[in-house]
Amino acid sequence: MSTSSEKLESLVNRRYEHGFVTDIETDTMPPGLNKDVIRAISARKKEPEFMLKWRLRAYRYWLTMQEPTWSHVRYTPVDYDSISYYAAPKSDKDGPKSLDEVDPKLLETYEKLGIPLHERARLAGVAVDAVFDSVSVATTFKEKLSEAGVIFCPFSEAVRDHPELIRKYLGSVVPQRDNFFAALNSAVFSDGSFVYIPKGVRCPMELSTYFRINAANTGQFERTLIIADEGSYVSYLEGCTAPMRDENQLHAAVVELIALKDAQIKYSTVQNWYPGDENGKGGIYNFVTKRGDCRGANSKISWTQVETGSAITWKYPSCILRGDNSVGEFYSVAVVNNYQQADTGTKMIHIGRNTRSTIVSKGISAGHAQNTYRGLVRVMPQATGARNHTQCDSLLIGKDCGAHTFPYMEIRNPSAKIEHEATTSKISADQLFYCRQRGISEEDAVNMIVNGFCKEVFKELPMEFAVEAQALLNVSLEGAVG
Amino acid sequence: MLEIKNLKVRIGDVEILRGVNLTVNAGEVHAIMGPNGSGKSTLALVIAGHDGYEVTAGTVTYQGRNLLDLEPEERAREGIFLGFQYPVEIPGVNNAYLLKAALNARRRHQGLDEIDAFEFLKLAKEKMALLGMDPKFLNRGVNEGFSGGEKKRNEILQLAILEPKLAILDETDSGLDIDALRSVAEGINSLRSPDRAIILVTHYQRMLDYIEPDQVHVLSEGRIVRSGDKSLALQLEEKGYDWLREAATA
Repeated sequence: MSTSSEKLESLVNRRYEHGFVTDIETDTMPPGLNKDVIRAISARKKEPEFMLKWRLRAYRYWLTMQEPTWSHVRYTPVDYDSISYYAAPKSDKDGPKSLDEVDPKLLETYEKLGIPLHERARLAGVAVDAVFDSVSVATTFKEKLSEAGVIFCPFSEAVRDHPELIRKYLGSVVPQRDNFFAALNSAVFSDGSFVYIPKGVRCPMELSTYFRINAANTGQFERTLIIADEGSYVSYLEGCTAPMRDENQLHAAVVELIALKDAQIKYSTVQNWYPGDENGKGGIYNFVTKRGDCRGANSKISWTQVETGSAITWKYPSCILRGDNSVGEFYSVAVVNNYQQADTGTKMIHIGRNTRSTIVSKGISAGHAQNTYRGLVRVMPQATGARNHTQCDSLLIGKDCGAHTFPYMEIRNPSAKIEHEATTSKISADQLFYCRQRGISEEDAVNMIVNGFCKEVFKELPMEFAVEAQALLNVSLEGAVG
Repeated sequence: MLEIKNLKVRIGDVEILRGVNLTVNAGEVHAIMGPNGSGKSTLALVIAGHDGYEVTAGTVTYQGRNLLDLEPEERAREGIFLGFQYPVEIPGVNNAYLLKAALNARRRHQGLDEIDAFEFLKLAKEKMALLGMDPKFLNRGVNEGFSGGEKKRNEILQLAILEPKLAILDETDSGLDIDALRSVAEGINSLRSPDRAIILVTHYQRMLDYIEPDQVHVLSEGRIVRSGDKSLALQLEEKGYDWLREAATA
């Protein structure tokens, strides 16, 4: 039996597939952060004055803030003066007008990542925005979407073309001084995606953004803002990869979702940033603030995430359930292997009456990795009839990894119904032997068991993504059993 | 088909099998009986390739090959099936999915085309009807929340679908009520064939009322102390095991 658990441990060591670097000339700002750098970013983006002022205010807040230390992760401190805050492919300085203007090397990169912008997107009916380092390089299907009145464009374009929406909504869910990383992002964010779904419109296709960090010593600070106006619906997918580099790279994004009355937003993420090598060298620091605001009655926001990458993940996609009868959901699979660390979970803030939230978190740990679920359920005094169900399961592979659960509950209304279930299990030698006795190899058996463990979350993903997520999980755990 | 010679097996310092000899030919049904702790389950698990046991002496030959060299999944693909005494639960893994994966692993090994989901469902439903099983079992997690009897029936379903050459059924009769026992036994009988061998590990004679064995062996303290025809099982039912132990040590 001991040998089969050793085997279990050694199955996890497949290589990171997206670790190539694209050799492309970039326009990169010198490292370091000060007001001039922020002015330069704003100028390069040809931003209106209000945006620059907003950034500078965020920068002033940031200078007064401390990096948080409460999370269950350890890392060498980030030297914020050694990071470059802006990198853009040189040839696209002014941004491509159409796919034909996009550098073919970039398109090749996305091809390698399995995201051919034209062909596959068209077949799949997915509109794709691709962010390469700091700029958005291509948005497909723009015309078809605009017929429906949907705005889906790079964030920098939205700042220029739809300033009224930006002024109204930017920072209304994640304020500039919300936390250290959100303040940093607000000061230096370079690009990202902007989505507006007008009243009563059901977005005719899945919207999707792929983020890639390519340049060395560069931070990526994208900003995503999605507004679903009354009675509208949108499903949005986000994917992320990065090359393999020995240094740690910083990714500090902010995502804000706003659902007005009767609107629904479904936000799905497959995060596969470079996790570092098997000794824990290199990898992305993923410090991300994601929050959705169910601002109107009967609105719904649903987060689904599959987290396999990053050296460190610090991320709590949350819902503010402000509107009466609004619904928040969080479905998460977080896989850590080798020396990865994840501290992830959600916050459900019940403010409106009869608000409901569901949390399903599946943590898988292998190698020497540490996986933490941290979740807050808060029911405010006025939130009569609030309900929450939390289910938090951990699966351990091998004996050197850890799983930790920190559920916080603050209930200030006696009518609230709150349920919390938690389990921790191991893939047992008996389960593996049973599968092997039926002719299934050990590796396939582990994949089968892990996928079974995550099923409740995978079924929330859009079809195309679910397949990708499953494949990714198998890769991430290769060699975990040995 | 299977030839075991002087097999000695231990866990840690404890010797569990102390020189087992057994020959099983195609078409035969053998029953292995014996008191608790005599090594019956160990023998079954060692044939299947469980790595918790250390083989210290002896040989196991299966279809002319040294079985002890093969990994458990290779043995399975070569046609060895173990019906577990305590089938393990695998939550979240669909029963049909596991079965289809198992069948296709075997088929690939035999150089056959993989069977698709539609053909598989048809086959599974056919077999389930034979065993009197509810088709909704297919969509549940593997043994997840199954009663003891349901788990045993599920093992027989797997047996029926995988159609192994050598089936070892470890106390498949325990925990079954009389109706379940009858339908499980019918399932096993329907699989008797001239090119398949079956080894039944059991405590009780009652299973053998339904499945008539060609040979009965009594395992006691790690050795086969008596072999005979089906009348041996009846004798055991009447006298218990003690007279054999006494005879063996005398």
